[in-house]
Amino acid sequence: MTLDTLTGWARRLQAREISSRELTELYLGRIERLDSGINSFVTVTRDEALAAADAADQRLAKGERAPLLGLPVAQKDIFCTRGVRTSCGSRMLDSFVAPYDASVVERMNAAGAVMLGKTNMDEFAMGSSNETSHYGPVRNPWDPERVPGGSSGGSAAAVAARLAPAATGTDTGGSIRQPAAFCGVTGLKPTYGRVSRYGMIAFASSLDQGGPMAASAEDCALMLNAMAGFDPRDSTSLQRPDEDFTAGLDRDLKGLRIGLPREYFGDGLHPEVRRAVQDALAVLRERGAEPVEISLPNSGLSVPAYYVVAPAECSSNLARYDGVRYGHRCSDPRDLMDLYTRSRAEGFGAEVKRRIMIGTYVLSAGYYDAYYLKAQKVRRLIAEDFRRAFGEVDVIAGPTSPELPFRLGEKSADPVSMYLSDIYTIAANLAGLPGLSMPAGTVGSLPVGLQLIGNYFDEARLLNVAHQFQQETGWHQRMPAAFA
Amino acid sequence: MEWETVIGLEIHTQLNTVSKIFSGAATAYGAEPNRQACAVDLGLPGVLPVLNEAVVRKAVMLGLALEAEIAPRSVFARKNYFYPDLPKGYQISQYELPIVARGHLDIELEDGGRKRIGVTRAHLEEDAGKSVHEGFGTMTGIDLNRAGTPLVEIVSEPELRSAREAVAYMKKLHALVRYLDICDGNMQEGSFRCDANVSIRPVGQTSFGTRTEIKNLNSFRFVERAINFEVARQIDLIESGGSVVQETRLYDPDRDETRPMRSKEEANDYRYFPDPDLLPVAVHAEAIEAIRAEMPELPDAKRERFARDYALSARDAGALTATRELADYYEALVAAGGTPKLAANWLMGDFTAALNRSELEMAQSPVAPAALAQLLARIQDETISGKIGKEVFDAMWAGEGDADAIIAARGLKQITDTGAIDRIIDEVIAANPSQLEQYRAGKDKLLGFFVGQVMKKTQGKANPAQVNERLRARLRGD
Repeated sequence: MTLDTLTGWARRLQAREISSRELTELYLGRIERLDSGINSFVTVTRDEALAAADAADQRLAKGERAPLLGLPVAQKDIFCTRGVRTSCGSRMLDSFVAPYDASVVERMNAAGAVMLGKTNMDEFAMGSSNETSHYGPVRNPWDPERVPGGSSGGSAAAVAARLAPAATGTDTGGSIRQPAAFCGVTGLKPTYGRVSRYGMIAFASSLDQGGPMAASAEDCALMLNAMAGFDPRDSTSLQRPDEDFTAGLDRDLKGLRIGLPREYFGDGLHPEVRRAVQDALAVLRERGAEPVEISLPNSGLSVPAYYVVAPAECSSNLARYDGVRYGHRCSDPRDLMDLYTRSRAEGFGAEVKRRIMIGTYVLSAGYYDAYYLKAQKVRRLIAEDFRRAFGEVDVIAGPTSPELPFRLGEKSADPVSMYLSDIYTIAANLAGLPGLSMPAGTVGSLPVGLQLIGNYFDEARLLNVAHQFQQETGWHQRMPAAFA
Repeated sequence: MEWETVIGLEIHTQLNTVSKIFSGAATAYGAEPNRQACAVDLGLPGVLPVLNEAVVRKAVMLGLALEAEIAPRSVFARKNYFYPDLPKGYQISQYELPIVARGHLDIELEDGGRKRIGVTRAHLEEDAGKSVHEGFGTMTGIDLNRAGTPLVEIVSEPELRSAREAVAYMKKLHALVRYLDICDGNMQEGSFRCDANVSIRPVGQTSFGTRTEIKNLNSFRFVERAINFEVARQIDLIESGGSVVQETRLYDPDRDETRPMRSKEEANDYRYFPDPDLLPVAVHAEAIEAIRAEMPELPDAKRERFARDYALSARDAGALTATRELADYYEALVAAGGTPKLAANWLMGDFTAALNRSELEMAQSPVAPAALAQLLARIQDETISGKIGKEVFDAMWAGEGDADAIIAARGLKQITDTGAIDRIIDEVIAANPSQLEQYRAGKDKLLGFFVGQVMKKTQGKANPAQVNERLRARLRGD
């Protein structure tokens, strides 16, 4: 059977050309056969998936319709799933089974989705290479010696290898977009507040946002329809009228003003990545878009501001993992302090510890104003840059990552160089704006991602631009040979 | 040297909402451990807090009652520290921007004067759970039922100058939160508890001395005794050449002393920062006005009205309005026909004594206002004397029926027939010739003896005034 896209499968399920069970078995078979090479899944829920597929088939037989009815998808292991372990890539939660579904999971289940399993990720979503996972690194399907990006590296690799037609991801500083770029898939980080964070294990609460990852913009739109929506359990969730993100995909791009921030094309951008991005921009120009050079003058401050705010929030968010109620507990604690220190020392990996320490430091008495407060001010400056830019342009475009997927271990010893791989993606999180990455070309066999940043709630526009690009190009249809 | 005591109180008031401040779990007291702790209260991964609107309403009511500023925008912050009964590793509280600031409360002093005590701020926060040290061997049990219970912490200025003033302030605040119906006021269950900051300084000195904080005082008596102990301790310490160490202390009621508390942490850097899971709380002027319109009459206003409308002394009016329940009972009693003064005396006297004796709350009283009003009416119309009234009241309290039924059943109706009274007087005089002789010889005191004898023979049913008058005449030989 030839592999179709999520949208294609949806059509074929509705037409009864294939059953959900057949489709689910197809992907479960691929995971069984092919995942050992890339380690993209932490948990495969075969039995639950088949039961859900059968239930979906019954609904399909009755002529029911739901956005994801019968479609197999993968969930990043950061979303709590009732009865199925949610590890967050950490030894700390290796045995944690949530008694509830995350709102995203609940919504997708209600939309008829069939969960194939939980995907690998950087521990607590902290990382840009998927090497910090307790369950071992994920490998890039395009080159198993290279990283898939992170933290949603498992989801990106699974979609790239077609082990799932779509998956969820989360993005705190680029964790959907950078792995999407590295693996050659399409990924969208929605506007902050668009997708509920309830049941999505927190890394940095003011930055975290869940979103879809799939082979195409059209598939991401279908996923977002199910994922987005107001949730009274999340106080930062936004009340917006329901939107069909697939509705505007076919609009042409005539007159669309695309802002090209000069800061995103400066030093540090890999020349081959630059070339691929420029070629992609040329395609958009041919479809009627008008490039406008713009400036985001405070771009250079986004990485330092991020590495104050995100660790600060993470140091507090991860305080609950204390060995008292759930999660890893050290054996035979001597006393309370021993219970805390050993449980946390054993349960967390090096990168998580580093960020907890940074965060604890920047919130400490005497440092708060100099770091945390200042970083929050920088955040407002960055948001102001974007506000001004969106007065002139409709979307902003540039490279997703300054570099190609790097080799496993290449940056493990140098956290700062790792942090810099998110240099173009972090600003959208700090400002709360939607951002999308799509396959824009290749260097050798390695994919290059083009990033689109939109104004608040302009996800439909980002998906429209990406879809139009994908009507013209075939980058998103490429499949790594080993997984064909 | 003469010392001045400086006290500031932090009072933790548990708001009486049905559900918790950030979750839908119930707040009821006394459930099985951990049966009233949902995923949010347990701090499970991925859960998020959602603010209970009722909590904000109650805080605004408190702010209005304290004539304080209600912040148009207040912010929840995280207070970070590790403790086993603190599930998230941080407490959600308000730090830089509390919902209520700069209010005041007037207290009555023993000399009859009044003193205005500044209220620095009142902020919302969630309570922690409880560590249970008994019954788990070398382990500690954790009960998270209380985790997430809404609290408002009311912080006074350091303007209290004695333990008595501190107690007066605390009682006043206790009455206020009960009046507002924002707290059940149950101190045994910890619904209203107090931390006292205590220091001393030489009289005349304006700067403060080093203070100690006495934690978790849950009765008025303990507040008074703990502060008195602490003041004496500090004076002794300084006068013997030592100095006060800033520390947290615990009051031990069994030994009547304060002791340094085992510190929760080595250093207290709570690393406060605004909670990114919660939006700032915006309270609009219209919302404040709507809440103001629904505010009940407050104790001070009620006391003034009682004094004015019922012609009561300031002292009586103050006593009757000390609790909302007592004041409500009094008003119902007067409405049912009790004359204000008589009603006040009965309520503060026999009624309160009976409540205390039976260890009952006002709401559990077996004698309703209308029933008591009937009894007062019988005293008023001289069907019975005040003394017989007490007997009738005790019978009513014991559930023997209403006043009229008891008076009839026990034959307690006052004897007003002068012929009958005279006959008994004559009998008494005839039976006590020597006393009569002494009385007539000038021993006036013996009148009491004769009155007592007459009352005894009438089983108290004779009108005492009438007996007095007629007895005097007969003894003189008129």
